[in-house]
Amino acid sequence: MMSSFWSAWIIVLTVVSLAGILWILLANRTAGEQETDRTTGHAADGIEEYDNPLPYWWFLMFLFTIIFGVGYLIAYPGMGNFKGLLGWTQIGQWEKEVAAADERFSGERFAYLAMPIEEVAAVPAAMKMGQRMFANNCASCHGADGKGSYGFPNLTDNDWLYGGEPDAIVATLVHGRKAAMPAWGDVLGDEGVRNVTAYTLSLSGRNVDAEHAAAGKTQYDMFCVACHMPSGEGNPLFGAPNLANGIWLYGGDSMQVSHSIRAGRNGEMPAFADLISEDKIHIISAYVYSLSRSTD
Amino acid sequence: MSELNSALEHPQYNYKVVRQFAVMTVVWGIVGMLVGVLLAAQLVWPVLNFDTPWLSFGRLRPLHTNAVIFAFGGCALFSTSLFVVQRTCQARLISDKLAAFVFWGWQLVIVAAVITLPMGLTTSKEYAELEWPIDILITVVWVMYAILFFGTIMKRKTSHIYVANWFFGAFIITVAVLHIINSLAVPVGMFKSYSIYAGTVDAMVQWWYGHNAVGFFLTAGFLGIMYYFVPKQAGRPVYSYRLSIVHFWALIAVYIWAGPHHLHYTALPDWAQSLGMIMSLILLAPSWGGMINGMMTLSGAWDKLRTDPILRFLVVSLSFYGMSTFEGPMMSIKTVNALSHYTDWTIGHVHSGALGWVAMVSIGALYHLLPILFAKQQMYSIPLINVHFWMSTIGTVLYIASMWVNGILQGLMWRAYNQDGTLTYSFVESVEASYSGYLVRLIGGLIFFAGMLVMAYNLWMTARQPQDRSQPVPSAA
Repeated sequence: MMSSFWSAWIIVLTVVSLAGILWILLANRTAGEQETDRTTGHAADGIEEYDNPLPYWWFLMFLFTIIFGVGYLIAYPGMGNFKGLLGWTQIGQWEKEVAAADERFSGERFAYLAMPIEEVAAVPAAMKMGQRMFANNCASCHGADGKGSYGFPNLTDNDWLYGGEPDAIVATLVHGRKAAMPAWGDVLGDEGVRNVTAYTLSLSGRNVDAEHAAAGKTQYDMFCVACHMPSGEGNPLFGAPNLANGIWLYGGDSMQVSHSIRAGRNGEMPAFADLISEDKIHIISAYVYSLSRSTD
Repeated sequence: MSELNSALEHPQYNYKVVRQFAVMTVVWGIVGMLVGVLLAAQLVWPVLNFDTPWLSFGRLRPLHTNAVIFAFGGCALFSTSLFVVQRTCQARLISDKLAAFVFWGWQLVIVAAVITLPMGLTTSKEYAELEWPIDILITVVWVMYAILFFGTIMKRKTSHIYVANWFFGAFIITVAVLHIINSLAVPVGMFKSYSIYAGTVDAMVQWWYGHNAVGFFLTAGFLGIMYYFVPKQAGRPVYSYRLSIVHFWALIAVYIWAGPHHLHYTALPDWAQSLGMIMSLILLAPSWGGMINGMMTLSGAWDKLRTDPILRFLVVSLSFYGMSTFEGPMMSIKTVNALSHYTDWTIGHVHSGALGWVAMVSIGALYHLLPILFAKQQMYSIPLINVHFWMSTIGTVLYIASMWVNGILQGLMWRAYNQDGTLTYSFVESVEASYSGYLVRLIGGLIFFAGMLVMAYNLWMTARQPQDRSQPVPSAA
């Protein structure tokens, strides 16, 4: 709500503008006048101007748009703080449309909300819904097929950073996740990063320089073990990835792994609690749950 | 040589600056449209950005818009306005030095844009991307231009100020106000500044500027061109002086309100959206006033369209003007806007104005102007003007028709929903469906661009032609 001064300012400007163009329109019109070959008598660089009347259809069209405009400003908000006779607001229109859609569609969704996620994942109609919601909300990062991309987890491989049980998936969608791999470059130094990289790669059975890996293990057991656990199986409490299963969120070549160790990584799954209602999150969660289990 | 001959014929006029701007109109037209063609191709084949930052869409898009609006359109406006103001006031420009300053200053602005925009230096304000040092240069050049124009009006030898000059005058004054207010910013370095406006106010100021760049730069200015070159080329009096008065004052009074229609269904308050919408609707008649006055000027001379491709350019530009000024008010209606906004329909609408109206009326005016400026009987090749006319027309039609199809397709796909209430299509599916439209648009743009090359050739050959106006062809040999 603006102050009454600014409201009056807007009203006066609008009225003066509309009245001004109406005046200039009417002042230059003579009813019933015919086309003429009389000119105004002045010429500019040889160009003369006829003194023809305003075309009548054009005059009417102009008048009609002004009348429509005035009518619209009576019916709808426009004149400063005056709300318009219809009481229309865009937020009101939005709320009405959402309410209408909810009334029409939410029954089916709430029926699914009452079911456990494992069961919803087995209902084809629910999974069709989930697939569409996934396409519009999740696919831009996780891919249309849910297979992810560099930095965005694959949801189809049954390897879960924060757990793949229904409750964990719902929690991920509702609250989002923030993964923070700290940067160890300053602590480890170049040689340390090289050694820890070698040891990390050895956890998934890769061929590495044994000497480097042995040196790296000491540092791994000091700095990395708290999150990634002694044998590299990771910890879903922190979203610390499993380092032993050969699945790499940021690539598994030694360049990428050493970069992760040196510079750290910050992954972020946004929270959808304020964007998508609970019933829809339930269905999307069931769809995500089904992605890694559909081939079981 | 040409300087001498034109001097003999019109001892009092400065044609040099007009000619410089006219030639640069063609040059910058080619540059700006070439960038546009590359962008259109990138939308068909994204690989064409070659993973090079300064060739990427985000950096070249503002270069394209700035080049076609302010370099191509700007040079056309400078050229024609400085010609028309001299001819219709029967007075030479007040200062040749000032005229030279305006020409070189504006070229410097354009070169600065060509360098900084691909480097990624941008204020991120649409159509006002240039950073603050360039903004200041624009302001200085523009004020000098205003002094040059209005100074010449003041020492006119005619009692009346011709209608074309009203439109040029409104364009010059309003663009100055728009540019200065929208560009107010706090510099934090040589190449970085922050707008003094925040949030919704910033958006509103931006579109107040943005829409009036369309209204005063691309409409009022080019109506000034129309009011001189259409009656001149047709050899007929202007249809109605009274219509000029009414539609001029109504146009400039109403256009300035229309900006909020770019912000329908956003955080902009409801009252501002409503005012923007109804003023846009009321704008229909004042806009059409110019079209009617141009078209009806041809009554009694329609037969000339058969033989005169320059007149064809001018008349078809008025048709596109009438079409896009009908489309604009329609798209400003909230219900229509809810479908059209954020789709390719908007891009199609812009180009029906930009290619069909702005470019074609400029090209028509230039074909009238160039022989005069180079002191020649006529353009080197009239058939090539005709070829250019058809290339421009076909190019424009392909462009806007494909964007209509794409726009409506996208708008409908985005709102389509299934029986269970979920959206039928994801965004990327609407991108995929737009592919064929992008290809047709590229073809249309390419044809239009190629037409500009035909024009450049015709201009080159005209300038090189041996004969001139003061000496009939036979005796010149």
